[in-house]
Amino acid sequence: MKDNIINISRRNFVKGFALSGLVLAVGLPGLSAAEDEPKYGRDGMANGWVDNPLVFVSIATDGTVTIVAHRSEMGQGVRTSLPMVVADEMEADWSRVVVQQAEGDEKKYGNQDTDGSRSIRHFFMPMRNVGAAARMMLESAAAALWAVPVSEVKALNHEVIHAASGRKLGFGELAEKAAELAVPERTALRYKKSSEFRYIGKSDNKLVDGMDIATGNTEYGMDVRLENMVYAVVAHPPAYGDTLKSYDDSETLKVPGVIKTLTLPSSAPPALFNPLGGVVVVAENTWAAKQGRDKLKVEWVAGPNRQYESEAFREQMKAAANSSGGKVLRSAGDTYKALETAPTTLKAEYYVPHLAQAPMEPPVAAAQIKDGFCEVWAPTQAPQAAHDNVAKWLDIKPEQVRINVTLLGGGFGRKSKPDYVVEAALVSKALGGQAVKLVWTREDDIQHSYFHTVSYEHLEAAIDENGKPQAWLHRTVAPSISSTFADGAVNQMPIELGMGVVNIPFDLPNIQLENPAAQAHTRIGWFRSVSNIPHGFAVQSFINEMAHELKRDHKELLLELIGPDRKIDPSTLRDEWNYGESPKLYPLDTGRMKRVIEHVTAKANWGKTLRAGQGQGLAAHYSFVTYVAAVVEVSVNEEGEVSIPQVDIAVDCGPQVNPERIRSQIEGACVMGISLAMLGEISFKDGVAVQDNFDGYQVTRMDGAPGKINVHILPAEDYDAPMGGVGEPGMPPIAPALCNAIFAATQKRIRNLPIRYQLEE
Amino acid sequence: MKITINKQTHQLDVPDDMPILWALRDVLGMTGTKFGCGKALCGACTVMLDGNPIRSCVTPVKAAENKQITTIEAISEQPAGPAIQAAWIENNVPQCGYCQSGQIVSATALLNSNKKPTDDDINAAMSGNICRCGTYNRIRDAIKQAAETMEAGHEG
Repeated sequence: MKDNIINISRRNFVKGFALSGLVLAVGLPGLSAAEDEPKYGRDGMANGWVDNPLVFVSIATDGTVTIVAHRSEMGQGVRTSLPMVVADEMEADWSRVVVQQAEGDEKKYGNQDTDGSRSIRHFFMPMRNVGAAARMMLESAAAALWAVPVSEVKALNHEVIHAASGRKLGFGELAEKAAELAVPERTALRYKKSSEFRYIGKSDNKLVDGMDIATGNTEYGMDVRLENMVYAVVAHPPAYGDTLKSYDDSETLKVPGVIKTLTLPSSAPPALFNPLGGVVVVAENTWAAKQGRDKLKVEWVAGPNRQYESEAFREQMKAAANSSGGKVLRSAGDTYKALETAPTTLKAEYYVPHLAQAPMEPPVAAAQIKDGFCEVWAPTQAPQAAHDNVAKWLDIKPEQVRINVTLLGGGFGRKSKPDYVVEAALVSKALGGQAVKLVWTREDDIQHSYFHTVSYEHLEAAIDENGKPQAWLHRTVAPSISSTFADGAVNQMPIELGMGVVNIPFDLPNIQLENPAAQAHTRIGWFRSVSNIPHGFAVQSFINEMAHELKRDHKELLLELIGPDRKIDPSTLRDEWNYGESPKLYPLDTGRMKRVIEHVTAKANWGKTLRAGQGQGLAAHYSFVTYVAAVVEVSVNEEGEVSIPQVDIAVDCGPQVNPERIRSQIEGACVMGISLAMLGEISFKDGVAVQDNFDGYQVTRMDGAPGKINVHILPAEDYDAPMGGVGEPGMPPIAPALCNAIFAATQKRIRNLPIRYQLEE
Repeated sequence: MKITINKQTHQLDVPDDMPILWALRDVLGMTGTKFGCGKALCGACTVMLDGNPIRSCVTPVKAAENKQITTIEAISEQPAGPAIQAAWIENNVPQCGYCQSGQIVSATALLNSNKKPTDDDINAAMSGNICRCGTYNRIRDAIKQAAETMEAGHEG
């Protein structure tokens, strides 16, 4: 079948690229006078977006339509959902669509950084443009063949039809002719009405990879096999900042299958995406390499983070959180005075430890170098960063690197950091270009993550004589992701503070938000929903504490705090980031926030009568420009064991492309939220992560999953409304809703995660 | 040593203590069975040994001599295999899919021996298989659906 494919992109790529004007090279210098204006959404991303059908669609003469997926598939369903948009808009029959994964090349495809819950909201319109342009080219081709006006023909389910004469031609029959046509201008594109959508907004299409997954035929990074390939594992420095002193590989080399050892360099901070360094064992198979690594005798030079110890660090953070004088993020009214004079005040502190993403497929990459050209196969969320870093570390030109993006066995932010990809390329280079698969074991993964930060949140509230909250103080203390990019950075950056610290929608006269400094002692990175985890946990738990103190219903108090329906410009909250989206297009809409709260409480039958030891908990959180509220129902037995019969989650993410995958993402986020709340903890001793596999670093299993997860997706007005993110926003409300439910069930307040055995004491 | 995998006999020249997982993946190129933890903690590597689900990452190949290994690639030949696979696809169970080979093998082994598993049976049989994406509820639903399909006699 391959021979049949008329590869439009090859035949007509240059012509389409040059003439159509369909490629928006955002971020390139000298584009226009509008250059200095702030760019939002897809326009603000590195290398912007591309909507050229010649890049994304090819049609074989047998009618097979191949659609390129340029974002990384890690379980969010993007390989199904974005091609589905193209197929729908071009009237292709989904059963005749083949999805092809793009290599890492942002100049060609637009931004490929698959994180931030933004694939759909950034690429829905570009993919509609691709589909509409392809459809119009097919229609033009048919009209030309029949010598009728193009207005008389219509593409319909993989055919173009001339109703007046009853003539039809299949897409395959039109492919060659269509490929010769110019791509229509963007301004000339005609779109389908949303009422005509076949796939968008529907849930009938099965996952494109579903069959292959069920039969074991998928290829993840871990599954790549190249000719004459050897296998490598790395003995990494135990603590971040340690370096190699010396090593003895005499026992290693005796292991059957071990070929040789070599070393990788360590780099001075900041961590960036640099490899950690260490000793590499190269072998005929992964098992031999692992055995060989076990037999290495390595001496490390202790680095500057050997003092890092989680208990002590927590005390440091606590001291910082209890001192004013940190960086002031937002100050309205006089919170300190209100706290001094109010008849009632409330104070609470919340702790969330480090977490590891722990995707089921640990980091892995395969690489080979031939004639100075390095080809890599990797499960990466950041194909372009992988590309750039491989070129940098091999000291070759970007055009001498190709990054083939495999399926990802989970990502959750870990695979946004291509340190492991660089390792594979460096090892291949050291082996004279030989193909190598560099495998991280689970121990490597858990001990050498770019960890979710550790955090201490201090909240205070002042309540007047009428029981009305009047002041809100929040001090947030956490090592920042910015330390990974700038050594010594001690304050959270706008993207972290814009995750539920500054952009709280509460209607209060006195608000004081501060960020005391915190030094990082390991690599800090992003973990699904990032700083929304600790911020959402603290804020939404604290509101429950306020409700309890005031003997108010949690829901009523939450709605009252949010106040009247209004659309808040996030910049007025000192949130200049707003998930990269335009404040005009994406105001913080308190009406939408209240709507998800009303919806989920109605669906969960909020306030229903429960038996002793049972309880409901509520939390609502805005993140990734999506509004989510959750009600968790728990049952706590006499031994303090928690079970979760039911979770209800309401989501307002604007218009929906693939409701079925939205549902699955929210279900998954619910389980991951439960996982981190119940069990998740990475702690450090002597600078080294104490946990190293799923025995120490526990995650939720089948027996800890909720009995039922009911996802309620709120309808959007129309497809012109702005879209929200989906992959991450389901996470932040889960931990606070769970802990609030536990409080309702037991009167025990969980302020420190994980819950683990706290209820058994 | 001779090892039988999916009814095919393979001559393997590997150390006796090499786990079945690495013999499958690196030596024989059968990559459907996944590496997740190396310590029998996550279940991604689950295969059947004489019909019983085992963690191939800690089971040496020597232990499989004169026994039948069944992997995801041949799970459709198991009594419950087709019903499980169909339910997985129908319910769009997977997210990233990496753990699903192990999940499907464990679920097939469960239904092979227990035609109508309760929630507790499912918890007991499946709690060794971690899914970091959190597809547990769909796995539970799919197992029940497969059990119903089989009961109705439509498993073929």
